[in-house]
Amino acid sequence: MSSVRVLVGTKKGAFVCTSDGKRKDWNIEGPHFSGWEIYHLQGSPADPNRLYASQTSSWFGQVIQRSDDGGKTWNTPGSTEAERMTDFGIPGGESNKFVYEGDAGTHKFFDGTEKPWEFKRVWHFEPSATDPDTVMAGVEDASLFKTTDAGKTWHEMPGLRKHASGSNWHPGAGGLCLHTILVDPKNPKRIWVAISAAGSFRTDNGGDTWTPINKGLVSDFMPDPTAEVGHCVHRMALHPSKPTTLFMQKHWDVMRSDDAGDTWHEVSGNLPSDFGFPIDVHAHEPETIYVVPIKSDSEHVPPDGKLRVYRSRTGGNEWEALTNGLPQSHCYVNVLREAMAVDKLDDCGVYFGTTGGAVYCSPDGGDHWSAINEHFPSVLSVEVQTLK
Amino acid sequence: MIRVVIPYHLRNLAKSGAEVTLAVEGAVSVSSILDALETQYPMLRGTIRDHVNMKRRPFLRFFACGEDVSLEPMDKPLPDAIAQGTEPFMVVGAVAGG
Repeated sequence: MSSVRVLVGTKKGAFVCTSDGKRKDWNIEGPHFSGWEIYHLQGSPADPNRLYASQTSSWFGQVIQRSDDGGKTWNTPGSTEAERMTDFGIPGGESNKFVYEGDAGTHKFFDGTEKPWEFKRVWHFEPSATDPDTVMAGVEDASLFKTTDAGKTWHEMPGLRKHASGSNWHPGAGGLCLHTILVDPKNPKRIWVAISAAGSFRTDNGGDTWTPINKGLVSDFMPDPTAEVGHCVHRMALHPSKPTTLFMQKHWDVMRSDDAGDTWHEVSGNLPSDFGFPIDVHAHEPETIYVVPIKSDSEHVPPDGKLRVYRSRTGGNEWEALTNGLPQSHCYVNVLREAMAVDKLDDCGVYFGTTGGAVYCSPDGGDHWSAINEHFPSVLSVEVQTLK
Repeated sequence: MIRVVIPYHLRNLAKSGAEVTLAVEGAVSVSSILDALETQYPMLRGTIRDHVNMKRRPFLRFFACGEDVSLEPMDKPLPDAIAQGTEPFMVVGAVAGG
């Protein structure tokens, strides 16, 4: 019988939640890395017992953690007794080392001054579909890194950061972070990324060169609202069966592209607010998408104090509120960009976590919701693995 | 043997106790202690000092015999009491709270 494993990253540790296909009763393990911020916890599609965690703190910096047993035990890659020595006879311990290639130069700071590129943390892991040892990492300050040895060493994919616009990128309020990585399931050399607040980019050659893909985005906070770069893209998503169609939750506006990002058009439609962070696509219906509207950029709370997921079955424009089981009065939480996921069961399960510490599951595509737990620390990320 | 006290979260990361003991060859300094610490506990690399420029992380301080030696040259010899292990070298995290 199928089961699911929900991976929850919070401001005070990580939790691993498991359930059978009914997704009604949950077993919760954790906290792992108690007291540390876990920006992302992600499993390998090629080996579901292989998990990666981004553990970070203002005191101690970035720590990469890896589990080879589905989250029961964790190690920093390369630090176990068996792995400790490198091929060159020197001690390992490089798993936390993220160094920009060459003379990194500068990017723009909030006030327009030049700021040297400085690695701060990993926001997102994108494991390879075929090799559990290969993972891309989206980091702050924005760049792509890659490991091919299960996280023991990381190397920059510098083509993105060295794009001609790179020196003009500037941070969003959350930092200059690369938070979204999407790989075309039919063509792994085609990759999309999104950066706050630079915008979205695409490579068609495995990362050697990148193209800004922001035509159609309008950001009124910018001097030129339709500039090629500078947009605060919050999240992008696609359905594997239809990878030329992309969906985007921008700082304001929900957007759609049907030409792999070359052009975008707005599909906010009847949403009560088109500001928000996450966006995701139903596992079996490429035109069914989910967002969680937030009142505004100044007020990161649900409109009217009602926590509502909005679902569109038409790929945007026409939205319905999903409320059954969600708090509908005096709810003032946010749902961050990494904190929504879908499983692959039939019915498709939808999951999201709040800054108030609740993680909700809907086992029927959003019609009914219940909490896996209402009292986690503030949730930074939610992922789900569908297990056989 | 050199005694080193590390903060709570680094103990968990290193899977060690509050105090670890290290063998340090040659002159005992902040730099040589951290080199030995990171060799024995490679998971701590990058958590106390930057991987590349080897600068101390801003929210951490180093103490020897009750003195804050964080701003001293990293290669400056530490007191004999540290070298002889009668006093611990301490890595201290900034206190957070209200």
